[in-house]
Amino acid sequence: MLREKIEQVVSDEPVALFMKGTPELLMCGNSERALRALRGAGAPVTAVNVLPDPRIRQELSDLSGWPTIPQVFIRGELVGGADIVEELAASGELERTLEQKLGTEYRNGTERVVDVLA
Amino acid sequence: MATEKLEPLLREAFPDATELEIVDRTGGGDHFQVTVAAPRFEGLSLVEQHRLVYDALADPLADGTIHELRITTKGI
Repeated sequence: MLREKIEQVVSDEPVALFMKGTPELLMCGNSERALRALRGAGAPVTAVNVLPDPRIRQELSDLSGWPTIPQVFIRGELVGGADIVEELAASGELERTLEQKLGTEYRNGTERVVDVLA
Repeated sequence: MATEKLEPLLREAFPDATELEIVDRTGGGDHFQVTVAAPRFEGLSLVEQHRLVYDALADPLADGTIHELRITTKGI
């Protein structure tokens, strides 16, 4: 059930950010770095807080094969963690990828938070 | 030095690295910045490059030796 919810967020959301805390209540510097880079590129971020239940992080890492948090997905594809997203943002590649995968109007999307336990 | 535990693992995974640096970012021995430049990274995406570093450090990541890891990789 939880696994399906996570898979659904990854596959259905244009930009999914699995993070510690939420955009309003950041609980980790690296999650903040990833969020800042995505916001800077104008990405429509759907955030998932992994902290409420350790199973979220476990299921996510099983699914992605990525051991750390945050994890960023664009159109279902793992883009990476904070280091990669920052690097891609700095080079302009993040915006190019967003435009390629989501279309030129991607900046019109809105930021939101999804609870995978609900 | 905490970095000494990680270096052999990275040397083994990237024997031909032209740059290999491990920094204990906080001095606490569990927050690291790892920088690796190796021919192996050439042509790989950043996700694939970072996966190779995570694979090399799987044990210290799993047992909690590494609490936080920042990675910079470069192809040659």
